Amino acid sequence: METLEQIKARAEAAVPGARLEIIRNGSPSEQHSLLARSEHALEVARFLRDDPALRLDYASNVTGVDWLDTVVKQTTKSRQVIDGVERDIEQTTEQKIPGYLEVVYHLYSMELKQGPVILRQRTAGRGAESRVASLTPVWRSAEFQEREAFDLYGIVFEGHPDLRRILMWDEFKDHPMRKDYVEPDDYEYEPTPHDEVLEKAKQHWPK
Amino acid sequence: MSEAVETNPQPAASHYEVRPKPGGNGELPSDLLEISMGPQHPSTHGVFRMDVVLEGERVVKLKPIFGYLHRNHEKIAEGTTYLASIPYTDRLDYFCSLTNNWAYCLSVEKLAGLQVPERAEYIRVITAELTRLQNHTCLGGFLLQDMGATGTPLMYAFREREKILDLFESLTGARMMCNYMRFGGCRCDLPAGWLDQARSVVAEFPGFLDEFERLLNENEILMARTQGVGVLPAALAVNAGITGPMLRATGVNYDLRKVDHYGIYDRFQFRVPLGDHGDVYDRYMIRVLEMRESLKILEAALRDIPAGPIVDPKAKLRGFRPKVGEAYGRIEAPKGELGFYLISDGSPNPYRYRVRPPSFINLTILEDMCLGQHVADVVIILGSVDIVLGEVDR
Repeated sequence: METLEQIKARAEAAVPGARLEIIRNGSPSEQHSLLARSEHALEVARFLRDDPALRLDYASNVTGVDWLDTVVKQTTKSRQVIDGVERDIEQTTEQKIPGYLEVVYHLYSMELKQGPVILRQRTAGRGAESRVASLTPVWRSAEFQEREAFDLYGIVFEGHPDLRRILMWDEFKDHPMRKDYVEPDDYEYEPTPHDEVLEKAKQHWPK
Repeated sequence: MSEAVETNPQPAASHYEVRPKPGGNGELPSDLLEISMGPQHPSTHGVFRMDVVLEGERVVKLKPIFGYLHRNHEKIAEGTTYLASIPYTDRLDYFCSLTNNWAYCLSVEKLAGLQVPERAEYIRVITAELTRLQNHTCLGGFLLQDMGATGTPLMYAFREREKILDLFESLTGARMMCNYMRFGGCRCDLPAGWLDQARSVVAEFPGFLDEFERLLNENEILMARTQGVGVLPAALAVNAGITGPMLRATGVNYDLRKVDHYGIYDRFQFRVPLGDHGDVYDRYMIRVLEMRESLKILEAALRDIPAGPIVDPKAKLRGFRPKVGEAYGRIEAPKGELGFYLISDGSPNPYRYRVRPPSFINLTILEDMCLGQHVADVVIILGSVDIVLGEVDR
């Protein structure tokens, strides 16, 4: 199969305006991936499926990943003369990288028996802007799996034909697979609460 | 499969409006009836519900509803170490705990770059093929049970399954929740006399299969109830990511044992049975034929298994921290492609742990297969998908 660089170059040539980025993977599996922007993801997906050299007709695995806000600390050392004494000064600068949600598609070709090519999409943030393009119009196998990512991660797939919760019940409010999910404090029911559960239960007792 | 797969990837147009015109095909018009099949229904193989809209006896809409067994397996696994998730994988498809173990260990081995010794690879193949045998026999029994053949085929199947479960018990200590494989190998070596016991089970199995096939294959009721029922076109099956016997019954030659050559499957001579029609009968026959092929693999593996270590000495049980990165590993489980997607952030717990369950994704096209069929056939079509709710709901 072609290398990821060749696929990237051909996809960018085939889909006008598309910009892909190669995400390196440091593990011995060496499964590197392509990051597509949501606005071109559908055309890129169509190209990957229909291109005669790739024929990635089978989306095996579709899943969400939650990346929280991270703070990268950088310390710079410098020597400065303060009050006539030369001293080492450490300056720490904090850079906040906003979190995002990511959708990962593992694509294979059943016809040419090759793969995987890994396609990723990222949302702009973790709040209301957590939207990506649905690839269910290209691969039907994404239908339930995108619903699952919507259910458990709160990623909204634009263009999905039937975006509903799938594993949790419809009235459920939050998205439990998110890394910062906190389960409700009256979640744990015991007939005779004690210890921590008793403290939590007391908050719900009538005053 | 050579021409471009151009399917209608959108879900089937199933709305209340798709009523046949009165007198159009000889059927009397009638009001629509919405019924809820399940969750406690003997044909749903667990707690699974289908909202079915019927026009007379015909299905015009069907929406599967599940999640009753959902315990957020993935979140639990992200909160424990890599090793501690192995017993949890047993509970996914509780019929096939050994293949679940293998899929998970294979992904971790890809993530951490571990090698598996030869003897352990042989043990993995033997246990996985035994798992396939008992899964497929039970499927045959359950399918016939759904059709109304109460008891006999299922009991015959369970009698054979019991012999295989005895083998699992003497090897792993548990009949169903085996918790046997480890990263880079297996937990313990084969007990004394196990290979002979396995050989005798494998030698006796074709006799049972002959009996089973003679009883069922040309059974008039089985043929009438299954042939032409629940037909799945090959192009839709590929597009919808259907895997395993469901896919091969439509004629698409895609078996991960042949495609990925994971483990040591390239050392064995076996064929991949393919169907023609993609109906329920083909799905049943594919499983019967796959059992014959599994027996060939088992005979060869039990003959050639070498002595040696059973676990990679580099693999650590405690303090196991793979490098930062990710890996997706997949195997041909009895129900289809079982994959595990892992992201490591260098800590003892996986940052992301994802199961790609075959029976969950094989349910995507349940509605497409059931539209226009009788409501009694819905039960059989669901039975032929071969779902286990422990895996669907996770």
